[in-house]
Amino acid sequence: MIGPSSSPGRLALERFLRDRMAVAGLVVLVLAALAAGIGPLLLGIDPDRAGDLALAPPGAAHWMGTDIHGRDLLARVLIGTRISLAVGAVGALVSLMIGVAWGVVAGAAGGRTDAWLMRVVDGLQALPTVVWVMLGMTLFEAGLAGRFAQRWPDALPVLRLAAMMICLGSVSWLTMARVIRAQTLVLRQRPFLLAATALGVPPVRWFLRHLLPNLSGVILVYLTLSVPSVVLYESFLSFLGLGVRPPQASLGSLIADGASQLNPIRVRWWLLVFPAGLMALLLAALNSVGAGLRAAFEPRRVDGLSA
Amino acid sequence: MKSWASRLALVPVLLWAVATLCFFLLRALPGGPFDRERPAASREVEAALRARYHWDEPLGRQYLRYLGNLARGDLGPSLKYRNHSVNDLLGQTVPVSLSLGALAFAVAMGLGIPVGVFSALGRNRWADATASLLTLVGVCVPVFVLGPLLVLVFAVGLEWFPVALWGGWTRAVLPTLTLGLYFAARVARWMREGMLEVLQSPHVQAARARGLGEGAVILRHVLPVALVPVVSYTGPMLADLLTGSFVVENVFQIPGTGAFFVNSFFSRDYPLMMGLVLFYCLVLQVLSLITDLLLRWIDPRIGS
Repeated sequence: MIGPSSSPGRLALERFLRDRMAVAGLVVLVLAALAAGIGPLLLGIDPDRAGDLALAPPGAAHWMGTDIHGRDLLARVLIGTRISLAVGAVGALVSLMIGVAWGVVAGAAGGRTDAWLMRVVDGLQALPTVVWVMLGMTLFEAGLAGRFAQRWPDALPVLRLAAMMICLGSVSWLTMARVIRAQTLVLRQRPFLLAATALGVPPVRWFLRHLLPNLSGVILVYLTLSVPSVVLYESFLSFLGLGVRPPQASLGSLIADGASQLNPIRVRWWLLVFPAGLMALLLAALNSVGAGLRAAFEPRRVDGLSA
Repeated sequence: MKSWASRLALVPVLLWAVATLCFFLLRALPGGPFDRERPAASREVEAALRARYHWDEPLGRQYLRYLGNLARGDLGPSLKYRNHSVNDLLGQTVPVSLSLGALAFAVAMGLGIPVGVFSALGRNRWADATASLLTLVGVCVPVFVLGPLLVLVFAVGLEWFPVALWGGWTRAVLPTLTLGLYFAARVARWMREGMLEVLQSPHVQAARARGLGEGAVILRHVLPVALVPVVSYTGPMLADLLTGSFVVENVFQIPGTGAFFVNSFFSRDYPLMMGLVLFYCLVLQVLSLITDLLLRWIDPRIGS
């Protein structure tokens, strides 16, 4: 398969495309993103509008049934997927920026700086990260939400999402920092980087032109792998009621709604099964894309360590 | 051993840092902890409440008081559960959460390790494929999805087990499985990876070349080395187990620390919140130190 232009990126792409699970995951992801992105427009049903038909089972009028307020579940699942995926993507980007900055500084500086930076990572690793997110959200709700609510009441849900993205991103960067540092330590011994250093290339240019392109594969792999964990944390928070607030919905809060309707007398399975199934499918897709990318960029490694 | 001792010495420093950060962040919030209650009966009552919880003192003094009490192991009074101290609440809830956690851990290891070993040995392709599929599903179904689904099928549908609450083994089955299966799937995957890697290493070939039986090779030469990734995953797993226990205790209405912790966020019970944050940090630090010791015992190269 090695053609005339066999750059590392192209080789990785070819390896990725040969991995059936990963391609299947990618297809599922693209479909889910399309559904979440334009699905609500095509469907044309307001996910927040209460209807007369409460707790209706799936049927022709409501493909996934309705919830306790008569809202269309399909519309809510689509909008919830949009929120979950958006929080996952942006949260992962936040973690990427912190992790890359931390890892590159540690790896490039070396010595005492490196030791201290990595000690901080070790210390944070042994703390219950999700507890920090819960604390962060509480600080936002109690400290900032009140002030914003007075001035721009409409912006509050968006601000809450932004707060959640920042909180989640700022606790999920540890693995990224570790991997980037290790990679930087290896790369800076390579002749081309030694040469760049010897020529006196300024640090910013050294980083942007010479180091970053060679880190891009690793960054892509760990970015993909951190999306599912951020999605998971977001849903976890929303499940407990600490994330998105009603009437906004994310997959986590929809699952919580479905779980609260569980009782032995009347089984409303659709409220639980649809959001829960979609959540599992999304996580499976994200994980298999991540594992596929990792195998494509690190072919020597045994694959499957993504879990 | 030196770095282990220095990590041990860092535990109190870390707890102090966490306590300080939490204390000042929570005090920086606008409004007192009693604002959410109905308007205070009178100024005197409010003043008496503030005095009782030392809320009328300067901030620095409150901080020193908190640290002093903390050093003696006293986490202060709960604001929501008046007449109960945080220590009281911990004493009541920790045994519940601990037994849930221990059971789930036992399921994770007891199920995950054998499944991982057998699927790596690959004697039976069909069993290996099934195990791989199940562990993949297990990894992708988070606790808050699995819990309600198990309730839907086994408690609501089949009525084999009670829907919620704690006490007696029938009530323990579903929460334990919910929390344990997810991690069993992860342990199985790590174990399988570890086994596959070790099975190809030279020392295993050497053991086979010396004519050792396959059972002896696996037990004495493969398993101990293959356990290393599983044991090193135990640290992060315990943290995730803790996170999962919040959800499981919420779904099954189990009166454990997680349920109280989550509730403390809604009732703004800051002393309880802080007490539990500190407790979780301490527990995770101690467990991660134990894991580290275990790892060094299995693989003496680590840390030397």
